[in-house]
Amino acid sequence: MESGNFRIYLLVMFGVTYLIRVLPFVAFHKKIENRYVRSFLAYIPYTVLGAMTFPAVLYATGSPVTAIAGVAAAFAAAWRGKGLFAVAVCASITAFAVSLIPGL
Amino acid sequence: MKQFLQGIKDGSPIGIGYFSVSFTFGLAAVASGLGWWEALLVSMMNMTSAGQFAGITVMAAAGSYLEMAVSQFVINLRYALMSISLSQKVDSRFGAAKKLVLGFANTDEIFAVAMSREGEVNSRYFAGLAVLPYLGWTSGTLAGAVCGNILPKQISDALGLAIYGMFIAIIVPAMKKEAKILKMVILAVVLSCCIYYIPLFRGISQGFAIIICAVAASAVGALCFPMEEEKEKDGQEDT
Repeated sequence: MESGNFRIYLLVMFGVTYLIRVLPFVAFHKKIENRYVRSFLAYIPYTVLGAMTFPAVLYATGSPVTAIAGVAAAFAAAWRGKGLFAVAVCASITAFAVSLIPGL
Repeated sequence: MKQFLQGIKDGSPIGIGYFSVSFTFGLAAVASGLGWWEALLVSMMNMTSAGQFAGITVMAAAGSYLEMAVSQFVINLRYALMSISLSQKVDSRFGAAKKLVLGFANTDEIFAVAMSREGEVNSRYFAGLAVLPYLGWTSGTLAGAVCGNILPKQISDALGLAIYGMFIAIIVPAMKKEAKILKMVILAVVLSCCIYYIPLFRGISQGFAIIICAVAASAVGALCFPMEEEKEKDGQEDT
């Protein structure tokens, strides 16, 4: 790739991503009092992650079978209170192990 | 200092997780024609998985700068929602200058961990929380870009699950604690699957789909099951 192009692409990516993150953060400096708005914002982390995970995760490994096995393992580990990294490792190792089963 | 160190500790699993996710990004970036240092620069200046993967796709296709800007805007618009949420969670001494710097690090996982902390979040804690994820994200990209192609495909495929494993690790404890969060996550997932599988919605990009699902499910949650007013916890702020 031409390096001039790359620099402009990079600047556009950075500018858009940075402003999206920082402008709202700086603009809202008072506590929002409204109970419904507060509840809405409290649900956001979990609904965003839920929508990002499904159904995309089923296609993350190139095989729905290994993906489902990995997701099941991740749920089991998270349910038992394991931390972020342990759960991620569980998911990856399980998917890898299942991918070794011949015929899948 | 204690707060900063606590942040580092809470950020370490994200950092390790990011290493494996950005490893696959480094791999993909080099495969799509970027040099290793270009892949590294993209990660250093963005720190966002979905946006970066979309970005290298636009570069590889030699898309227009407008296309690049719009794709980044749509995919990353969720961060605007998160930044508004986070602005409600930080303490009053988290000023504009700190926000201009630390706001950069408001990723899905850092945000979720900061939000799940009891009481308010101060800037030292948030800075600590961001350190290892940033290092993990950039060093993983470098490692993937430089030595990614020696990895067997089954392993790089399995690593693709790591980021979703982290998402699940964040969602499940919250669902266990609050039935209404469970219900709204299920709603968001059902909506997301509808958009993905129903041909009528095929034109909706992934970034917009996430926003529609999260906004709809959170709005239903806020109207039908508003959260109890949390009592302000004492003893969180002293360092």
